[in-house]
Amino acid sequence: MSLLDVRDLSVVFQRRGERPFTAVDKVSFSVEPGQTVGLVGESGCGKSVTSLAIMGLLPKRGNRVSGEVLFEGADLLKLRPDDMRDRRGRDIGMIFQDPLSSLNPVVPIGLQVAEVLERHRGMNRKAALKEARELLDAVGIPDPMRRLKEYPHQISGGMRQRALIAIALACKPRLLIADEPTTALDVTIQAQILTLLKQLVDETGTALIMITHDLGVVAGLCDTVNVLYGGKVVERAARHELFGRPRHPYTHGLLSSVPRLDSPRGERLHAIPGSVADNIPWVEGCAFAPRCGNVVDACLEGTPPLEPTATGGDLRCNNPVSEEVAVP
Amino acid sequence: MLRVIVRRLLQLAVTLIALSALIFVWLRNLPGGPVEALLGERATPERRALLIKALGYDQPILVQYAKFMQRVVTGDFGNSIRTGDPVSEVIGRAFPATIELAVVAMIIAIGLGVPLGYLAARHHGRLLDNLSIAGTLLGISIPIFFLGYLLKDVFTQNIHWFPPSGRISTGLDNTNVTGFFVLDGLLTREFDATADALWHLILPAFTLATIPLAVIVRITRASVLDVLNEDYVRTAEAKGLRHRVIRGRHILRNALLPVVTTIGLQTGALLSGAVLTEKVYNWGGLGTLITDSISGGRDYPVLQALILLAALVFVVVNLLVDLSYAFIDPRVRVR
Repeated sequence: MSLLDVRDLSVVFQRRGERPFTAVDKVSFSVEPGQTVGLVGESGCGKSVTSLAIMGLLPKRGNRVSGEVLFEGADLLKLRPDDMRDRRGRDIGMIFQDPLSSLNPVVPIGLQVAEVLERHRGMNRKAALKEARELLDAVGIPDPMRRLKEYPHQISGGMRQRALIAIALACKPRLLIADEPTTALDVTIQAQILTLLKQLVDETGTALIMITHDLGVVAGLCDTVNVLYGGKVVERAARHELFGRPRHPYTHGLLSSVPRLDSPRGERLHAIPGSVADNIPWVEGCAFAPRCGNVVDACLEGTPPLEPTATGGDLRCNNPVSEEVAVP
Repeated sequence: MLRVIVRRLLQLAVTLIALSALIFVWLRNLPGGPVEALLGERATPERRALLIKALGYDQPILVQYAKFMQRVVTGDFGNSIRTGDPVSEVIGRAFPATIELAVVAMIIAIGLGVPLGYLAARHHGRLLDNLSIAGTLLGISIPIFFLGYLLKDVFTQNIHWFPPSGRISTGLDNTNVTGFFVLDGLLTREFDATADALWHLILPAFTLATIPLAVIVRITRASVLDVLNEDYVRTAEAKGLRHRVIRGRHILRNALLPVVTTIGLQTGALLSGAVLTEKVYNWGGLGTLITDSISGGRDYPVLQALILLAALVFVVVNLLVDLSYAFIDPRVRVR
């Protein structure tokens, strides 16, 4: 049994008087214990909404969630809110994008780590703070004793993200969801945080869902990668397959647009034409068709199915990039 | 922190000195005055001149002010022209009544306002929220004297739930220790006096509380709505914390910062509401004293002291607010 099995997860936002908007459209993927899975795509492709739906953190009103989110066989979407509350922070931890705004500005760091231990491990304040100090130490925060009493504005951005990682991993969850954990950080700090995440995930055997738009992050971390476009998975493959032989024109375009150190100076970067807004509804065809160089007639005649590939992945494309075409 | 307090106290002194000069000059330029009030319109010029000289009003205004300030620094605000009693005594008698009224009013305003504002925000866009918006609009716009007479009419004439006026039932032999009747009853274990004083307090305090209550509901609601969208509230939810902890530690602690400022400003503004409320409920406090001192022939010494006292209360309350701000928000402490 998979640790997490997301089946046909859909999230439809509907506000009164507005047309419903399908942010996540029948997304399925699974995560095995200890595995690192990437969710990759541009802003607005539904990757963050997917993670919030798994955590049960979407607003109570204005959206409709359907499908199944099986965590060790139990459907999280069917849990009573209080039961889900018991699991959040204990079974599933989450790290967010902006470490400054994700920490409470008026509560000391120590208490922000300790409170999750008090909640799920039944510790008293003293024991929880002691454990918090060890956790801060484990995520590489220097002088953790002093940091316990400090407030978020008193420590650096990298340290804040380390503190958030300490919070998310405090109760040794079996699954960690990291939503763009390095986007708000400097490049050098990004590398440190990624190294730390990889190390912690390896040490604790925690499975990780890495949500990112940054293929560099995926390349260094993920076992398998799900590429999302317009709320649907368009390609799924093992990391080396995806980077070596991207089949979907969108994935191919993403990889081609990454600047390379060994390319001649002055050479133009490849860009995917158009923007995410230039799409068509999936029911009418492939949402990527308006921006796709490989478009054929079939692309405008209904949703292309997600079909298994010879290399063990899945692909949603009528006219994929040939396996022989390498990424430039 | 100490430096901040010292600096603020110096500012307070400068403010009060400037204000005292302003009041002194302004009062003496008002038409009418104690001489006319004491002697009547048909007094002979000789008697008028005599009284003016006796009160010292014939001297240049700067000299008068200097003499006034000289006495003030020794704590002597002079005697009331109307009654002849020392000003400190006159104010001392009225002060506890108003403070008692104001404190209970603020307890009502904060005690109801913060929970209501929080609930309205949590029910954003739904019935409770809309009711709170309508209710607070009414609370802000309804004139205090109108609401006062309305409540008085309904609750003391139609249904006899509360006494119509006064601070305590006549015939109740309560011991006066501090002048705060509720407190006195507790100190002397005359609990019937405390109950009776509270019973008298409810209507006037509620009347006085309407505006601060409405303002606090609105500010709390807006502030909680802001905080609910903050990432750290989502983090708290992602930790699976209990509602109680999320509400107290993560939402309200942040949302109350602007509310605390408002509470300070509203407390300072209570005195103006007290003037009207005290009139309606025949409450012998500072508000009554102000109106009597103005209409009763410009009782300069009492008015001067009263206005300075009001300014002092306002500045001190807001100093306390600023200090509590630093206590609640660690980011303020650094500066």
